[in-house]
Amino acid sequence: MAERTQKQKPTPSRTEESVDAAPAVVGGSDKLKAELDDLLDEIDDVLETNAEDFVKSYVQKGGQ
Amino acid sequence: MAIPKVCGIETEYGILVRGPVSESASNPVSASSLLINAYLAANLRKVGWDFEDEHPGSDARGFSVDDLLEPEIETHLVNAVLTNGARYYVDHAHPEISTPECRTAREALVFDRAAEEIVWASMQAANALLPAGAEVLCHKNNSDGKGNSYGCHENYLVARDVPFGRIVHQLTPHFVTRQIVVGAGKVGCELPGVSTVDVPFQISQRADFFEEEVGLETTLKRPIINTRDEPHCDASKYRRLHVIVGDANMSETATLVKLGATSILLAMIEDDVVGDDWALANPVAAIRHVSHDPSLQRLITLRNGRRVTALEVQWGLLELALKYERSHGLEPVGHDVGREVLALWEGILTGLENNPESVAHQVDWVAKRRVVQAYAARHEAQPGDARLKALDLQYHDLRRDKCLARRVGLDVLTTDAEVHDAMTNPPLTTRAYFRGRCLAKWPDEIVAANWDSMVFDIGREPLRRVPMMEPLRGTAESVARLIDESNTPAELLARLGS
Repeated sequence: MAERTQKQKPTPSRTEESVDAAPAVVGGSDKLKAELDDLLDEIDDVLETNAEDFVKSYVQKGGQ
Repeated sequence: MAIPKVCGIETEYGILVRGPVSESASNPVSASSLLINAYLAANLRKVGWDFEDEHPGSDARGFSVDDLLEPEIETHLVNAVLTNGARYYVDHAHPEISTPECRTAREALVFDRAAEEIVWASMQAANALLPAGAEVLCHKNNSDGKGNSYGCHENYLVARDVPFGRIVHQLTPHFVTRQIVVGAGKVGCELPGVSTVDVPFQISQRADFFEEEVGLETTLKRPIINTRDEPHCDASKYRRLHVIVGDANMSETATLVKLGATSILLAMIEDDVVGDDWALANPVAAIRHVSHDPSLQRLITLRNGRRVTALEVQWGLLELALKYERSHGLEPVGHDVGREVLALWEGILTGLENNPESVAHQVDWVAKRRVVQAYAARHEAQPGDARLKALDLQYHDLRRDKCLARRVGLDVLTTDAEVHDAMTNPPLTTRAYFRGRCLAKWPDEIVAANWDSMVFDIGREPLRRVPMMEPLRGTAESVARLIDESNTPAELLARLGS
C-alpha cells in the first residue's frame, strides 16, 4: 500500500508535498528501471529458446 | 436480505505434451488423464464422482433444454474428489479443478492457489511416467492465441427469490468493466478480422469470445451472463450463479478482488440497492471495446445515453459498494474480507487512473504489458513477433522455473503453509468440510461423492446416500467432533441420525 502511494504521480493540488516527495519518486523510478532490466535479463534466460516453434505448437482444444 | 456468499472457482488449465511420445499420448484428453491419474496414484485413493444430480441443461430463466441438448458429461473420463473437498477431472480436453465451496473470497483464493500447486505436483508425477525427454506443460490461462478458449468459472450462492432479470441487468456493467482491475492481459487479438497490428495487446484473455448478453452456452456463442441453473443445493432457496466471463488470474490480489467485489455486488443486488444507472446500451460491443483499449480512455455508452469510461463505471460501482458497507455492513461476504476487498479495489482504481504502472504488483494485465513492452523495446520486436506471444503464454506457465508471473513482483497474499494445507484439507466453514474429512478418513467406504451428497457403503445393503443440500451445514463447528469420534461410517451415520 505505502509503496503504491509513493509511486503515484503527485497531483497538482499537492504541489507542496511533491517538492519533498520528488527525489523519492525519481529514486523509485530508477530503482524500478533497474529491476525491470534485471527482470529482462532473467527473461532472456528462461524464455522458450525457440519462441516461434513453441508458439506455433501451442494449440489447445476449445473448452468452456 | 442478502445471504452468505458461498463461492468457488473452477479452472480449466491449458495442457501440452512435448518430447518423444506417441501421437495418442500427446492427445490432450489422454494427457489430462495421465496428469490427474499420476497425481491420484501418488497421493490418494480414488473416489469417483456421482452424476446423479447434474443438470447442466437447466436454465435459470425457467425452462430446461435437457431434451434438446445432451449434457456433455464424459463419465468415462477421470473424475475424482479430493480430500480438500475439490473436484479434479478431465473436462473438454483440459484438466480442471473446481475448488471446494468456500465461505469467503479470501478462502477461495487459498484454494485456487492450492489448485495450482496440485497441478504442479501432477506435472511432476506425470513427467516421471513419461519417456526421458518428454514433459507435460500446464498453463493457467484462457486461450491459445489461435481462437480456442477455455474457462475460469466462478460460482456464487444467490437467493432464489431474487429475480434473475435483476441479476442480469445489474451485474452486467461490472462484468464488462471489471476486467480493467482483474483482466489477465493478452498479446494480440482473436476476433476474426482484427489483426495483431490493430490490437497488439488487450486487457482480457476472454473478451474476444463473448457473443451474447445472456444465455445457457459455455463453449460457443458464450454469454456475458450464463443462465445455467444447477444449484447443487436446495433449489427452492438458492441459485448458484455460474460466471464464465472471467480470466484465470496469476495475481493473488486479482483473484481476491475478482471474487470479493462480485460477491459484494451480488449481496447488494439481493438487498436491491444497485439500480440501473450503470446499465449499458450494448454490453457485447462494450466488453471488447474495453478489452482492446489498455489506455483506458475509450468511451462506452450507457442505456441512459451517457458516454463513460470503464474506469468511471468501476468508480460508480465501488461508490455504491462503499455506501452499502455503511448502510448494511458486509456480513454476507465476511466483514474483514469485504473491507480488505474494498480497499484493494479502491487502491487499484486510483492507481489505474493516476499511473497504471503503479499497480503492476497487483494487476495481471498491467504486469504482463510492462514486461512485453520492455522486452519489445530491448529486442526491437514488432507486434506479431512470436517472442511477444511466448512471453504471454509463459506468464501463465505452471513450471516454477519458467513461470514469468512468479518473477514480475506480484504481491503474495497467502502463506506457503496455508496453501500447502489447502491441498489436502478442506475449508472449515462449508459442507466441503464434511466431504473432505469423510473422504480422508473412510476412502474405502465412500462409493461416490458430489457437491450435494455422498454415498456410503456401510457393509450392508442398501448403500446410504447422505444429502448435503445446505452449503453451510457440515462445517467443522458442527461435525468435526462427530467425525473424529466415529470409528466407522455406520457409526457416523447413526450419530447423524440418518
